[in-house]
Amino acid sequence: MAQSKKEILTKGFFKENPVFIIMLGLCPALGVSTQVINGLGMGVGVIFVLVFSNIFISLLKNIIPPSVRIPAYIVIIAAFVTIVEMVMHAYAPAIYQALGIYLPLIVVNCIILGRAEAFANRNSVFDSFLDGIGMGVGFTLALTMIALIREVFGAGTITLISIGNFSGVIKIPLLYKYPVRIMTLAAGALLLMGYLKAFFGYLEKRKGVN
Amino acid sequence: MSYVAIFITYIFVNNFILTQFMGLCPFIGVSKNSESAIGMGMAVTFVMGIASIMTYLVYTFVLVPLNLVYLQTLTFILVIAALVQFVEMIIQKNSPALYQALGIYLPLITTNCAVLGIAILNITEGYNLMQSFCAGTAGGIGFTLALILMSNIRERMELQPVPKVFKGVPIAFISGGLMALAFMAFDKALLINLLG
Repeated sequence: MAQSKKEILTKGFFKENPVFIIMLGLCPALGVSTQVINGLGMGVGVIFVLVFSNIFISLLKNIIPPSVRIPAYIVIIAAFVTIVEMVMHAYAPAIYQALGIYLPLIVVNCIILGRAEAFANRNSVFDSFLDGIGMGVGFTLALTMIALIREVFGAGTITLISIGNFSGVIKIPLLYKYPVRIMTLAAGALLLMGYLKAFFGYLEKRKGVN
Repeated sequence: MSYVAIFITYIFVNNFILTQFMGLCPFIGVSKNSESAIGMGMAVTFVMGIASIMTYLVYTFVLVPLNLVYLQTLTFILVIAALVQFVEMIIQKNSPALYQALGIYLPLITTNCAVLGIAILNITEGYNLMQSFCAGTAGGIGFTLALILMSNIRERMELQPVPKVFKGVPIAFISGGLMALAFMAFDKALLINLLG
C-alpha cells in the first residue's frame, strides 16, 4: 500500500473531503444542516455506519461474488442504518425527530457505498476502518460547518446539547433579532453550497500554484 | 388528499430536489446536457412510480402482519434494488431503443435518495395504494422538471463569462438555489387557493 496509515486517516478531513471535494452525500448534508446539533447527530450516525460497513465489507471482500456485490453491500449498510435508527429513536428522540426521513436515507448516501466500492473492497480491515473514520469525520466537519453558517445567519442561534443550566442554545445578539431568513430555507442551502464549493476550489487551485 | 393535490404538491410545492434535496447527486452529476437529463428523468419517474406500489404492497401485506415494521429501511432498499435490476432486464429484452436511452442511468437509480425517500414518505404520510402511486409518479415528474430546467441553464452557462472558480459545479449550485427561490412561489397557500 502506497499510502501511510496516517494519510488514510486524514485524507478525508480536507484533501479528499467527501462533501466539498468529492461531492458525495449532498442530500443529507443540505437537508439536515439547519441546526448545528442535527449536523452533529447526522455525522455521528454516518461515522458509525461508515466504519462498520467498511469493516464488514473488507472482511467479506473475498466471499462476496463480484456480480452481486452492490446488493450485498446495500444489505450490509442497511442493517447498520437500522441499528442507528433504533438506537437514536431510543436514546435521542429529539434528534431522531429532527433528522426525520434523512436518517433512513443514510442507506443510499453515496459516501458509504462509494467508500465500500472504492476502498473497503480492496484494502485490509484496519485500513478500511481508518478510512471509515477519516471520511466520516470529514463528512461531519463539512456538515457542522454548513450547519453553523446556516444557523448563525438564518436564525441567529447555535444549538448544541443542553447540559445542566445551559439550555443548549447560544444566541447571537444582532442576528437573533434580524436573521437572514433565506439561509434556513432550501434556496439558501443551495446558494451557500455553491459559494463554499467555489471557495474550496479556489483554495485547491492556490495550493496547486504554489 | 385528492389526487390533483398530490400531483401539485410533489411536482411544485415539495419538489424533491429543490425543497428536500433528495436526488441532488444526479441533479448535479447528470445535468450537463438536456438529452441525458431527459433520459435520467424518465428512468427515475418510471422507477419511482413502480417502487411506490411495490413498497406499499410489501409494507402492508408482509411487514405489518409479521410485525417487522422495524425492518422497513432494509426491506425497501432491497425491493428497490431488485426492482431496478428487474426493470433493466425487461427493458433490455423488449425495447432495445429505450434501453439505449435509459440503460446507463438505471443502475444509478438504486442509490437515488428520491426513490427510497418517496417509499418512506408514502408510509409516514399514510397514503393508500393509489395515492402512493400518484405521489411516486408526481415526485418523479418534479425531479424530471427540475433536472431539465437545470440542464438547460447549464448548457447556456457554458457560453457565459463565469468567474473561473465558479465554473462548473459551484455555479450549478447557485443556479439551483435561485431556481429554488423561484419555486418558493408554489407554496401551500397556492394549493389552497387553487383547490379550495
